[in-house]
Amino acid sequence: MHPPTPDTAVISTHGLTRRYDDLLAVDRLELTVPPEIIFGLLGPNGAGKSTTIKMLTTLLPPSAGSARVAGFDIVAEPRQVRRRIGYVPQLVSADGTLTARENLRLSARLYGIPRREQSSRIAAGLEFMGLSSSGDQLVKTFSGGMIRRLELAQAMLHEPAVLFLDEPTIGLDPIARRAVWDRLTELRRRAGTTILITTHDMEEAEVLCDELALMHRGVIAARGTPAVLKSSVGPDATLEDVFAQVAGGSLEAGGTFRDVRRTRDAARRLG
Amino acid sequence: MTSAAPATPRAAWAEGAPPFEFLRQSLAVAAAELRKVGRDPTELFTRAVQPALWLVVFGQVFSRVRAIPTGSLSYVEFLAPGILAQSVLFAAIFFGIAVIWERDLGVIHKLLVSPAYRGALVMGKAISAGVRGLVQGIIVYALAFALGVRLRLDPGALVGVAFSVMLGSALFATFSLVVACLVKTRERFMGIGQVLTMPLFFASNAIYPLDMMPHWLQLVARANPLSYVVDLLRSLMIAGGHSTLGLGLDFGVQILGLVLLLLVASKLYPGLAR
Repeated sequence: MHPPTPDTAVISTHGLTRRYDDLLAVDRLELTVPPEIIFGLLGPNGAGKSTTIKMLTTLLPPSAGSARVAGFDIVAEPRQVRRRIGYVPQLVSADGTLTARENLRLSARLYGIPRREQSSRIAAGLEFMGLSSSGDQLVKTFSGGMIRRLELAQAMLHEPAVLFLDEPTIGLDPIARRAVWDRLTELRRRAGTTILITTHDMEEAEVLCDELALMHRGVIAARGTPAVLKSSVGPDATLEDVFAQVAGGSLEAGGTFRDVRRTRDAARRLG
Repeated sequence: MTSAAPATPRAAWAEGAPPFEFLRQSLAVAAAELRKVGRDPTELFTRAVQPALWLVVFGQVFSRVRAIPTGSLSYVEFLAPGILAQSVLFAAIFFGIAVIWERDLGVIHKLLVSPAYRGALVMGKAISAGVRGLVQGIIVYALAFALGVRLRLDPGALVGVAFSVMLGSALFATFSLVVACLVKTRERFMGIGQVLTMPLFFASNAIYPLDMMPHWLQLVARANPLSYVVDLLRSLMIAGGHSTLGLGLDFGVQILGLVLLLLVASKLYPGLAR
């Protein structure tokens, strides 16, 4: 598979770097993502996936390098980027002390969706995520899977060109995971949304993603479709084997105390 | 479920003029915050306990001491505006804890990836804190009325008090937000909150007049924004009460302070998501 040229790409980075004190979290990243696919950044905790997503969503300024998302520069034109993207962080971003509908209403207003369209869009979003009957319940009464689906509804309410999801199914049971995958696939198919997810879960990478980049210590160690990546190692190879070969490490290992704590926090809150 | 599928992504929603957008976004944040008011009924009770203690216990006892010169006012009448200002301060100064909580979850990340002005996100919080502060006003008015304080009930005075309570609440809540943005963790924030409240209260004209204080303390009290909240309330709330600092200065200091704090907070707020 040929990498897309930067002008057709929805996401393209050039030398994108982020340094935290003495830690190089993302190291001169070169990444291009073509439109209308589900793209996975796969790697263990601490590989730089979340840092990459935070820079692409304009939450974190890069230490060096540049990136364009949905046609705009993340440093020079952050507001234009923000108007065209949706983001579901690894942590729980829905407000538990509001109802599902109130959460969606806030997003609709912040994104400038015209007042006359707000209610119909909110209703459509709830329906698409299978939450129609729970719209007026406080989110703190929701199950983990329902919260994630609400967060997806919230992130896509304004019909973003690109959706960023940081570990979207962490802490969810297998059925809730399937439901999230199903909705994302449907969203990509119907709306043509480009979806970038981070994951350290091989099954998620294989089932959900059209294309993968294996990330290790701040750089991309390999890239391709799940099938191509596996066949490059051997006939019965798994993504874990691919990762071991290109990065010399395991998907399970790695991460600082802080990474692990945040991951477990998110898992506990959604579980 | 399939009928509600979203359409093709669109470029972006149209935007209005910046001042209009700023106000609309601020009000959206404030509206969401205010939805939460009243969902916890214990909050009203906890907000009423401290002012009741100060007015009923402290106020009644000190009325008998007659050591504090309060002019034509009884001591409880002198004290009531001070206690309103104090309860506004105490309710607002821990406002930042909610922001730290939102950061530990991921709510702030969600707000900050939206195209909303960073200033509007902060302004919305300040507006909601201002409206919440009105609860303190109602509680203290009820207590003061029960204690026989001669309150000014003309519409002009009531509107003025409501405005100053909102202004004071917004001021201290934004200050609290700035502290939260700087310390980032709940433990440190609680420590600093507790260290700040008592000095702000005692180094003000809330429970004794400025001219009773030693000179150095008068200087501190004049630099303390709480003194201006108290002074404003004292003239607007109590029949026969008067301002010693001047109403223009009272409003000026608070508005200027709020604007400066909002500017600082909107610069610091995005740091919470990093």
